[in-house]
Amino acid sequence: MSGEHLNVKSLTMYYRTLIGEVKAVDDVSFNLSRGETVAVIGESGCGKSSLAKSIIRLLPRNVSVYKGIILFNDLNLMDLDEEDFTKKIRWTKITYVPQAALNSLNPVIKIGEQMIEPLILNQKMSKDEALERAAKTLKTVGINEDFIHHYPFELSGGMKQRIIIAMSLLTNPELMILDEPTSSLDVLTQANIMNLLKNIKRELKISMIFITHDVGLSSELADKVAVMYAGQIVEFNSAEAFYRDPKHPYSQKLMESVPTLRTDKKLDFIPGSPPSLLNPPKGCRFADRCPFAFDKCIKDPPTVNLERGFNVKCWLYGEE
Amino acid sequence: MSSPLLLIEDLKKYFEIRRGFFGRKGYIRAVDGVSLTLNRGEAISIVGESGCGKTTLGKTILRLYEPTDGKIIFDGKDITHSDWKSLKWYRRETGLVQQDPFGALPPFMTIKRILEEPLIIHGIKDKREREKRVNDALERVKLTPVEDFIGKYPHMLSGGQQQRLVIARSIILEPKFIVADEPVSMLDASVRIEILKLLQELQGKYDLSIIYITHDLSTTKYFSEKIYIMYAAQIIERAETRDLLANPMHPYTRALLNVIPDPDPSNRFIIKEVPAGEPPNLMNPPAGCRFNPRCPNFMKGICDIKEPPMVEVSRNHQVKCWLYG
Repeated sequence: MSGEHLNVKSLTMYYRTLIGEVKAVDDVSFNLSRGETVAVIGESGCGKSSLAKSIIRLLPRNVSVYKGIILFNDLNLMDLDEEDFTKKIRWTKITYVPQAALNSLNPVIKIGEQMIEPLILNQKMSKDEALERAAKTLKTVGINEDFIHHYPFELSGGMKQRIIIAMSLLTNPELMILDEPTSSLDVLTQANIMNLLKNIKRELKISMIFITHDVGLSSELADKVAVMYAGQIVEFNSAEAFYRDPKHPYSQKLMESVPTLRTDKKLDFIPGSPPSLLNPPKGCRFADRCPFAFDKCIKDPPTVNLERGFNVKCWLYGEE
Repeated sequence: MSSPLLLIEDLKKYFEIRRGFFGRKGYIRAVDGVSLTLNRGEAISIVGESGCGKTTLGKTILRLYEPTDGKIIFDGKDITHSDWKSLKWYRRETGLVQQDPFGALPPFMTIKRILEEPLIIHGIKDKREREKRVNDALERVKLTPVEDFIGKYPHMLSGGQQQRLVIARSIILEPKFIVADEPVSMLDASVRIEILKLLQELQGKYDLSIIYITHDLSTTKYFSEKIYIMYAAQIIERAETRDLLANPMHPYTRALLNVIPDPDPSNRFIIKEVPAGEPPNLMNPPAGCRFNPRCPNFMKGICDIKEPPMVEVSRNHQVKCWLYG
């Protein structure tokens, strides 16, 4: 027993395109205890969404490499065949809120009918039973249960996002993967949704993987932080340590580029742009933008252990 | 004191809509009585949520829309109702940077052609002169070495580079002011700062005035001297940036400031207070103060009956709220 709720080890997912193999997720490891939230942060194109999809096994059709270990309640999900995975894990134990999900509601089907699909297909509930569950779940996300009889166009963006979150709560999951759940919402609506997620976390004790590009926002939920750069996790740290004193030079530069309201600090940006995942540079992938780069950085940096099982992938912190 | 570059007085822009063929006429009041001044070389921010009319305000100021009422005075000239043809000089003095750089760039034109077009339209016939100005503009936005970029198409650039190109296009005629409408909201954190710094640099070097339209209060601090907060088509608070961020007066401004998270591990233990509800429909805004149905300081019999006046609470700090007057 490792005691971890989710333990991802060396997860790798590549896919093949006409111009070469995209190394979207490259040897990624992190873990999560029950009821905890890990925030995965990074710039667009760093592989955050691919990581989410690799965990819930929604792979692109042209996937070429998919390996590693995903221990979920000490069961290696990689050992499950597709049928078992669909029946026992996806949309039951682990649910997923994809990016821009609020546009994914079908405009011509009533909300209740859209919500109950996984209950009828996977859990073999009767329709009435499922609708009752849907109505109850709507209440937990702060929406009047009558809305199961309404159509999506009758709702505002914030309400749609609540419905999507309700859909992912419907099966009493143990783990929710949220991919930029507030990215197209206004500030006040966003704050409302974050409050909702905090309540879900507190009361239902659901573990969460919270994917975002917004460092400030990530601190609203995160107990742990995983910083992704060019397909790899370069720093995996506790929220307390990360927001006060990030270790990896990329994390530090990223933090410097976050404007703050309450403190005075100088803003800075990272010159250059992230490498292509088609052909990432050898050695440290951040080296050519890194202010601290030195001769060792041409070799792949070691994953150096910090306190309490956290780590940073950088030559500055020691030898292999 | 020199006169302001741009003076907007009680500007209104209504869009007529009709429900059904014989339906009754209605108006969406997208901008409803906005006044502002923009001094030479100054940057101001207009902050509001989506649907509050901030983009329409920007476009009306640029005279891409004709105002329904009010006044636009640029450099001492009244251009409120000037017709399209006689506005050509105004187009040369102004520029627009949109939110989505890729959508704003024609995909079939090379960078050179994109930047040359405004020069051709505005009658710069000498080819060598045009080439020089294209090169200058690219250098100003740091798309260098210029030779590497000039033959490329927009899709070959990264998001940040595309936005630089849009900025280059907006300044190529050496305008006096530009409207930057959410210029960084589609970009990554680090690129965002890069673009904002670039705009700031251009502002300083070429005495450019900028109206920065955004939903993100946290970037305004680094960028503008004044902030105007917009809610439901009206300006509800205006002040100097530092003053507004330190002393927000209007309950709406306070709510906005309260919910923006700074990176801090203690955030996750706090449930924030957020005003209930949604911004009103601009076809039929609530009577009295437009924020009254959501306001935590709502006073019955006052806020829901009479529209609050703009009150000057301290020097250069005005707020449209009954709590103060």
